[in-house]
Amino acid sequence: MSDAEKQDTPEQAEFRTHCQQWLAENHPGQPSVHIPQGALELSDPAALQWLKTWQQSAYDAGLIGTDYSKETGGRGLTGCQAIANQEMQKAKTPFFPNIIGLGMAAPTVYFHAQEAVKQELLPKLLSGEHIWCQGFSEPGAGSDLANQQTFAEKKGDTWVINGHKVWTSLAHFADWMILLCRTSKDDKYNGLSYFVVPIQSMIGKGVTVNPLIKLTGETGFNEVIFEDLVVEDKYRLDEVGAGWKVAMTTLAHERGAGLLTTPAAGGMVMEKEKGAGIGNAMSLIDLAKQSFRNGKTAADDGAIRDSIMELMIRQEGFRQNQRRIGVKELNDHPMRLPLQFKLVATEMSQDIAQLAYEIEGASSTLYVNDEKAVAGGQWQLAYMNSFGVTIAAGANEVQRNILGERVLNMPKSK
Amino acid sequence: MTQPKNFGFGEDETMLRDSARKFFADNCSADKIHSQVAHNYDIYRDIESIWDKNLWSQICELGWTAACVPEEAGGIGMPVVAAVALAEEAGKAAFPSPLISTFNATFALRACKSDAATKVLGDIATGTSATLAMTNQKGSWEAQDTDVAVTDGKLSGTAWFVQDAKKVERFVVSASTDKGVGLYVVDPSAAGVQIIADGIIDLTRDQAHIVFNNVEAIEVAAPGTGDKALAEALPAILCIISADIVGSGEWLLQTTTDYATVRVQFDHPLGFFQAVKHPLVNVMLAVDQTKSLVYNAACAIDNEPEQAERLARMAKSSASDMAVFSSSRSVQFHGGIGFTWECFIHIFFKRQMHNHVLYGDAKYQRAKLADMLMGKAA
Repeated sequence: MSDAEKQDTPEQAEFRTHCQQWLAENHPGQPSVHIPQGALELSDPAALQWLKTWQQSAYDAGLIGTDYSKETGGRGLTGCQAIANQEMQKAKTPFFPNIIGLGMAAPTVYFHAQEAVKQELLPKLLSGEHIWCQGFSEPGAGSDLANQQTFAEKKGDTWVINGHKVWTSLAHFADWMILLCRTSKDDKYNGLSYFVVPIQSMIGKGVTVNPLIKLTGETGFNEVIFEDLVVEDKYRLDEVGAGWKVAMTTLAHERGAGLLTTPAAGGMVMEKEKGAGIGNAMSLIDLAKQSFRNGKTAADDGAIRDSIMELMIRQEGFRQNQRRIGVKELNDHPMRLPLQFKLVATEMSQDIAQLAYEIEGASSTLYVNDEKAVAGGQWQLAYMNSFGVTIAAGANEVQRNILGERVLNMPKSK
Repeated sequence: MTQPKNFGFGEDETMLRDSARKFFADNCSADKIHSQVAHNYDIYRDIESIWDKNLWSQICELGWTAACVPEEAGGIGMPVVAAVALAEEAGKAAFPSPLISTFNATFALRACKSDAATKVLGDIATGTSATLAMTNQKGSWEAQDTDVAVTDGKLSGTAWFVQDAKKVERFVVSASTDKGVGLYVVDPSAAGVQIIADGIIDLTRDQAHIVFNNVEAIEVAAPGTGDKALAEALPAILCIISADIVGSGEWLLQTTTDYATVRVQFDHPLGFFQAVKHPLVNVMLAVDQTKSLVYNAACAIDNEPEQAERLARMAKSSASDMAVFSSSRSVQFHGGIGFTWECFIHIFFKRQMHNHVLYGDAKYQRAKLADMLMGKAA
């Protein structure tokens, strides 16, 4: 029995058994289509469909939205989502395609929308029937998120929205968007409001979605242009002018520091990419044993050995930080560790992928379109994609400002 | 075996830690330590061992030295995390005392599992201080390497880099015989013992090499078992030193961020500038990573001993790197004042420089880890 299992309440233990049994019988197995490394890299509609079928089945079995109320499509349990996540990851399932919906939109809607809107939107979000995207970033509002220029103007009972969003992951598939925009030009922060807006159904009727190509050559994110899009007032979350406060709920969940646990599956590896172990420092050991650098086995290179150990130590430290968050007596400031999560996790993955690249020596030049590429070229792809997460969700430079100001009480840099 | 979620850090450990916090707040402010240990800036000053014996008596009465002595030896029998928490607080105060050394000797004696060792542990529980004398002249941290030998039951040779040698009442000495390494307890006042103090950077410690000339000793680990006892104790020793580093690192972090909040240049407090703010956040990340690794490794010693060496080496690697990083950034960001003797930073800077190498620096720990996890290099 694992440590986590020992701490289960009777209700949680029963739920864990349910998860284990269901996963043993219903793991979808190897996909018939190519599945990318993460949901944000989805570009093939067939891959999306395969993943949506998986999300729907996990939802029907009660493994998604466990801690949400029954009225909003959940199971009304307490502390069970984390258990479902543990079991799904243990079973090495595929990931969920509706990652932004589950991780950011759902908790924001749950805490800030009218009851009827929650009941309308959350069941289809949790099941994956509706894919969601996030309309925060703009050409002039990246890390400086409050500098929103997209404008919502009240006309009678409805809102008319005009503006330009960029780096919008999954917008090409999304049915709905969480949207931060400006409703007043008088105040930078208090002039913001928060909406949920239909995307797919409004294409050509005020919404245009154009794909952007990432530096890897993959699609996955987009620009979204609003031209007189009409939105009902009921889709405004919280008060007019409270957009910044609502956005903080979204961001807290995005950074892993929110009140609700995000449903998260994953761990499945595509057959031909086996052994890559992307994101895990431990897998660098096997990689080093199989790779040659400068004509010699990488695992015998003292500098490489030192670097691999350094990353394994960071990875263990990161895991133990997450464990220490739960021990109040060993935290002198309650937000000190939670606010580090995004920064530390994304830089660690980047450095792991970068070291993998180095370990591969001359072969690191080979990419996913070459059959000789080590581990299908997935480390190269992972390294390049890692910049998506060190930049997104408040670039890590902004994360350092947040930590320096909120935790270490240093003066605001802006 | 698995570890408890809370690192085994329960109510008793919290109470002990909090009492230590109060003790250091009441008795060991940084300015008091500074006026005590840094009263003489002469670079060629005579070598001194400066500490407050009265404070040491008080912490012995509070039961700190008994914390990790097993109950059957007359101690309290707390888990290793209790000593780790005390070492962390001692590091935060840069406390000059034989506490860290006595903990390390305690863990070595516990691993001996002999009646003679149990008796010495009983003395430690009631306040007898001790230190390990296990390093050779070449600075090897390997348990089997020693320049002391046993002939007819008596010790001869020299033990090097012995911590707090001028303060303690017992030495736990590793010495070789033709049947392997044993461990021996020696009274510093015994005939034939010569303690030659080293001139060291750290103002809050003393260090010496000890010459043994046909010295009477109590055997606590028989020949052939002493190196194994030291190896078994090593994870706890690495945790104790690392915890001291965590405490000092936290003091440096807090003190430097405070300074960055009040010191104004170019019309802004230093912390306004991201060139200062961001590296200080990086110091915090390093302190936190190390702290989590230390409590994890300490918890493993009691609950998952087969993992203890790996996890403790990870902790010490992280700690040694952080010792250098936290202290260097603190001097740098204090600017001109940070480069002076009157600024308290140098006390902690020097303690970190000293701690960084004890029982192996970061590169050494990672080389040991690589051998464990990857096999030896061809």
